[in-house]
Amino acid sequence: MKQTTFLKKIRESQLFWPLVAWALILLFNAIVAPGFFKLGIIEDPVYGKRLYGNLVDIFNNGAPLMLVAIGMTLVIATGGVDLSVGAVIAISAAMGAVLINPALGNQLITNDILTRNATNTPLPIIILADLAAGTLCGLWNGLLVSRAKIQPMVATLILMVAGRGIAQLITNGQIMTIYYTPYFWFGNGYILGLPVSIYIVTAVLLLAWLLVRKTAIGLFIESVGINTKSTYYSGINEKNVKLLAYTFCGFCGAIAGLILSSYVHSADGNNNGLNYELDAILSVVMGGTLMTGGRFSLLASVIGAVVIWTFTVTVYSLGVPANALLAAKAVLVLLVILLYSDYSRRLTNRLFERRGSQHDRAN
Amino acid sequence: MIERIKTFVARYGALLLTLVIFLSVYFAGGQLYPAMRKPQVFFNLFINDSSLLLVSIGMTMVILSGGGGIDLSVGGMIALVSTASAALLRAGVSPFIVLPLMIVMGVALGALMGWIIQSLKVQPFIATLMGLFFTRGMAYIISLTSVTITNDVYRTFALTPIHIPFISKAYIYPTTLVGPIMLIVAIYLSFFTRFGRTIYAMGNNEQSAMLMGLPVARTKILVYAFSGLCSALAGIVFSMSLLAGYGQFATGMELDAIASVVIGGTSLSGGVGNVIGTLFGVLIHGTIVSILQFNGTLSSWWTRIGVGVLTLIAIGIQSIFSVKTKRS
Repeated sequence: MKQTTFLKKIRESQLFWPLVAWALILLFNAIVAPGFFKLGIIEDPVYGKRLYGNLVDIFNNGAPLMLVAIGMTLVIATGGVDLSVGAVIAISAAMGAVLINPALGNQLITNDILTRNATNTPLPIIILADLAAGTLCGLWNGLLVSRAKIQPMVATLILMVAGRGIAQLITNGQIMTIYYTPYFWFGNGYILGLPVSIYIVTAVLLLAWLLVRKTAIGLFIESVGINTKSTYYSGINEKNVKLLAYTFCGFCGAIAGLILSSYVHSADGNNNGLNYELDAILSVVMGGTLMTGGRFSLLASVIGAVVIWTFTVTVYSLGVPANALLAAKAVLVLLVILLYSDYSRRLTNRLFERRGSQHDRAN
Repeated sequence: MIERIKTFVARYGALLLTLVIFLSVYFAGGQLYPAMRKPQVFFNLFINDSSLLLVSIGMTMVILSGGGGIDLSVGGMIALVSTASAALLRAGVSPFIVLPLMIVMGVALGALMGWIIQSLKVQPFIATLMGLFFTRGMAYIISLTSVTITNDVYRTFALTPIHIPFISKAYIYPTTLVGPIMLIVAIYLSFFTRFGRTIYAMGNNEQSAMLMGLPVARTKILVYAFSGLCSALAGIVFSMSLLAGYGQFATGMELDAIASVVIGGTSLSGGVGNVIGTLFGVLIHGTIVSILQFNGTLSSWWTRIGVGVLTLIAIGIQSIFSVKTKRS
């Protein structure tokens, strides 16, 4: 009897399905390519001893997606969606690159000025400007959704379409390469042998978790997602709850843009964070948060993002060309759909319950 | 009489204003750049945006059917259809087999997505996202590089100008006609058939439509199949006008289509709007692009910012009118 409730508890946890999906992919790797799990320590000329291997890469490369997924979870939990995160990433990346650009304000632009390892603005101000730009974008989305009462999909579509244009406007349509080495630390640096981006994700996750689980905000967000009107009638300022969710999502997008541009050493208004909104929504859905809002789990969404990146790295390591990755991803989405559909839910419930009743009889 | 005018404005106000926006943007362009006053510029809107128009027509029907309905797979479908047809033509298959095959493929993929949405109760966003990944991925699997089309039938379709009667030096291409024809089909379907009325009923309230005994499940699948048909046609038009097939074609066209539909006065929650508005949404998009082309010094990213701002304006207008309709 006790075992059944324990099993049920596990099965009903939001972490269960994403972890199953992750385990399946890892199992697949363990069978097909055992070298996948190889971890090693390498002496890095800049950052000292550090870990390397596929698993580290998954967490390092997947960090922007995990960050965006954290923000997206809160937005989706309020019953909305934020399509603009990819554009916010591009804006934040463009902002950083422009402020670094040593040629900014120079009358005479020569190649050796452009490629100098120098910055135009101090690093803390660059970071602040990045974060401010992203947070402003989020605030804009939040105002449109909460105050102007525009449907979330349309409201964020505006910034999704216009945002990439704004990013290109900031960089003047150029793909800007960054040569300022301290900036690379966010995407390529290591602390105690682990990538910096992992620490950033952990910090943001912790911050978000404290925000939603140690204050009433998490409860407010869920209640807005379940029923906005009754939340309003119970005296909660549902507008500000939504505003907070979108602003936080923009903030997460800005950090993601910072890490991403630092990782690829450049800012490209067209391609930075391309399709991140789709991947982020996918991670959240994989984490068991319904698109209609309500109950959510931040950690489950992050695991969803890890699943997507593990899958990506797996597909690459199998030698599939980058462009065909999309077709493989379609299969992944199909599996997720089947896994989460009512049919399979009912099927697993029936399977487990039958086994449960047998336990009862045995006892 | 005044009452009548009031109800007319409340009902068709959003559509009229879309029309007004289009005309004012177009004539503002004409004032700025005299060359834009040539009649051919107007026909170029149809020539350049024919595939966007097709895709937007299908998207309108999907969005009208409500329930968060949206079709993200349209751009991918264009890529897949263009690449697949180019590859088949290169292999020596007759175009008269390729064309129906592509249409069947589009309808089948659309219906499949509709079935997944309807019977597995999946969010349209997620199901059609899968469609986007699948179609674009398949296009890349068929060919990683652009495949040129040298087929004579395609070339004649693409390069024979049809002169517009009574207007000198104005022409369109045969492929341009596909969009307007589908528009007429869609107008007929949505206003004069049971299918169309079911779509509006579903869009307003799916549950009451079901309780009224309307075939909601079938209609939903058919709507996505219709969108698949439109995207397949758009893919054919696209590949004919460029005489090539490539997996990178029409990236982000789903966004342009959604923006056009929204600018055209269709509400994303479904049940409100029509395909005629979508036509003007597409034309507004085309006008912004051609103004930028006539300017020459403005960069391409202004298109995106312009479309974003116009979407915002369109939504502002819509919300004013929806408030008015509710009051009346």
